[in-house]
Amino acid sequence: MIQIFGIPIQALLGQLLLGLVNGSFYAMLSLGLAVIFGLLNVINFAHGALYMLGAFAAWMGLSYLGLNYWAMLILGPIVVGLFGIVIERLLLRHLYKLDHLYGLLLTFGLTLLIEGLFRSVYGVSGQPYPTPEVLRGATNLGFMVLPNYRAWVVVASITVCLVTWFVIERTRLGALLRAGTENPRLVEAFGVNVPRMVMLTYGFGVGLAGFAGVLAAPVLQISPLMGSNLIIVVFAVVVIGGMGSILGAIVTGLGLGVIEGLTKVFWPEASNTVVFIIMAIVLLLRPAGLFGREK
Amino acid sequence: MNRQLLGYALAAVIVAALPFLGVYPIFAMKVMCYALFACAFNLLLGYTGLLSFGHAAFLGSAAYATGHALKAWGWPTEIGLLFGVAVAALLGLVMGALAIRRSGIYFAMITLALAQMVFFFFLQARFTGGEDGLQSVPRGTLLGVIDLRDDLNLYYVVMALFALGYFVIWRTVHSPFGQVLKALRENEPRTLSLGYDVDRFKLLAFVLSAALAGLAGSAKTLVFVSATLSDATWQMSGLVILMTLVGGLGTLTGPILGAFIVVLLENKVGDFGRALSQLTGMEWFNQLGGSVTIVIGLIFVICVMAFRRGIVGEAGALLARRRAAARQA
Repeated sequence: MIQIFGIPIQALLGQLLLGLVNGSFYAMLSLGLAVIFGLLNVINFAHGALYMLGAFAAWMGLSYLGLNYWAMLILGPIVVGLFGIVIERLLLRHLYKLDHLYGLLLTFGLTLLIEGLFRSVYGVSGQPYPTPEVLRGATNLGFMVLPNYRAWVVVASITVCLVTWFVIERTRLGALLRAGTENPRLVEAFGVNVPRMVMLTYGFGVGLAGFAGVLAAPVLQISPLMGSNLIIVVFAVVVIGGMGSILGAIVTGLGLGVIEGLTKVFWPEASNTVVFIIMAIVLLLRPAGLFGREK
Repeated sequence: MNRQLLGYALAAVIVAALPFLGVYPIFAMKVMCYALFACAFNLLLGYTGLLSFGHAAFLGSAAYATGHALKAWGWPTEIGLLFGVAVAALLGLVMGALAIRRSGIYFAMITLALAQMVFFFFLQARFTGGEDGLQSVPRGTLLGVIDLRDDLNLYYVVMALFALGYFVIWRTVHSPFGQVLKALRENEPRTLSLGYDVDRFKLLAFVLSAALAGLAGSAKTLVFVSATLSDATWQMSGLVILMTLVGGLGTLTGPILGAFIVVLLENKVGDFGRALSQLTGMEWFNQLGGSVTIVIGLIFVICVMAFRRGIVGEAGALLARRRAAARQA
C-alpha cells in the first residue's frame, strides 16, 4: 500500500474528502453570512440555527409528510428562507439604525430560542436520516473508494456557490445588490425598492444555510445543537477570508475544510482548533483577512 | 457624592446581614460571583464599547487555574486566587492583542472564536478532568487563619472580593483613564486624532476586564468547590451579555441587578413553569424548567427589541425626564 509520511494514502484521501465536505458547508454558510453582511450590516448569528432548521426540515418532511430527499432539497431552503423573511420583517428591520452589535445580539437570542425549542421537543440525541437511494454506496476509483453521497455534497455545494457568485457578479440583479451594498440611499433614489431587496437578500442568505442543512442531513446526525458548534468555526472562516469577496469566501471555506481534514490525519488533537489557530496567524499578518479590504 | 457613599454603605450592611435573614449563602455567593463577572464585562462593553463574545474563557480559565493550584499543588487559598487572576489576565493580554486588530463586529467574532479554542483546550487537556471537570477542590484557609470550609466565613470573603472588584471598576470608570475609554466608545477616530494611543487603552481595558472576570471565576471555584467545563462555554459568554443588557449597559449597578435576575431565573424557572401549568392546566409548562434556554433566548430578543437601556438605564432615563419636567413647570 502506498504511504505518505507513514499514513496510508486511502486514509489520507478519505480525510481529504471529509474535509472537502465540511469545507463545502463552511463555504455555503460563510457565503450567506457575507451576502447578508454586505447589504444589512448584520452578522447573522442565527445562521447556524437556521442550518439546523434546514436539516430538521428534511427530516420532518420525510417523517411526517413522506416527502423525499429531492423534494426537500428544493422545499427546505424555501421554508427556511421564508422563516428568515419573517424574522427580517418582524425583528431585524427595526435595528438597522442602531449599532450593528444589536443585530448580532438579536440573532444570538433567536439562536437560543430556536435551539431551546427544538431541544425541548426532540432532545439532544441525533435523528438519523437515510441517504437517498441513488447516492448510496461507493465508487471505486482505483486509488480510492469514493462514497457517492459525499461526492454529491461537494459537487452540489460548489455548484450552488458558483451560481451565487455568477448572479452577484455578472447579472443586473447582482449589480443592483452590489450597488446597494456600496450606497443604499443612492440606489433608492434610482427607484429601487431597497427595503424589499434587503428582505429578499436576508431570505436568500438564510436559504443557503437551509440548503446546506438539507445536504448535511444524511451525513451528520440531525441534532438541535449541530448549528451552533458549526457557526463559531464559520465565524473564524469569515475572519480569515474577510467578507469583501464572494469567491474569497468560497475558496477560504473549502480550503479550511481541507486543512482541518488533513490535521485530523497528522495531528488529531489539534483538529478542533486548527481553524482558530490559522485565524490568529492571519490576524497577526493580514488583519483585514486574506481577501478583505480595510475600510 | 455623600449620598452615593451612604447608599453603598447601606447596601453593604444589607448584604452582610442576608445570611441571617434566611437567604441561602451559596445562592447569594453565586449571585455575587456572576455580578462581578457581569460588572467586569460591562467595563468593556458599557464603558469602552467593545463587545467581547468570549468572556467565558476568562471565567473558566481562572476557575480551572485556582482549582488546579489548590487541589493538585496544594497552594494556600490566597495564592490560588491570585494565580487564577494572573492566568486570566495573561490570557486576556493574548486574546486582547489579537482581537483589537479588528474592530466592531469582527472584534466580537474573533473573541468568540478564540474563546472556543480555549474551550477545546480545556476539553482535551488532562489536568481539567474533561467533561467531569475538577471536583472537590479544597477551600483551605485564608491567610492561615479564616477557615473557609465554613460557608458563612466564605460568604464574607466572597463579599470582600466582590467589593474589591467593584471598587476597582468604580475607580477606573471615574478616573482620567476611564474618561478616555468613554471617549473611545463615543468616537474612536476623534480619540485617535486627539493623540491617544487607542490600541493601548483598548488592550489595557481588555486585560483589566479579563482579570476581574478571572477573580469572579476563582471565587466561584471556592464557592462550588469545583471548576467545570460549563464555565468556559459560549453559552456562558452569552449569559454574561444578557446579564449586562437586562441590568443596563454602561451603568455601574445595572450588571449586579442583571446577574441577580438571571441567576434567580435559572434557579426558579422550573417552579414558575409548574405554577403556570397548574394555573392554566397546560402540561407543556412543566417542561419549562428543562428548557431555560428558551426563556433566556426570549428575554434576549425582548431586551434587544424594546428594552435596550436595561432596568437601571430605563429608571435613570425616567428620573431624568421627571427632573426636566419639574424644572419646566
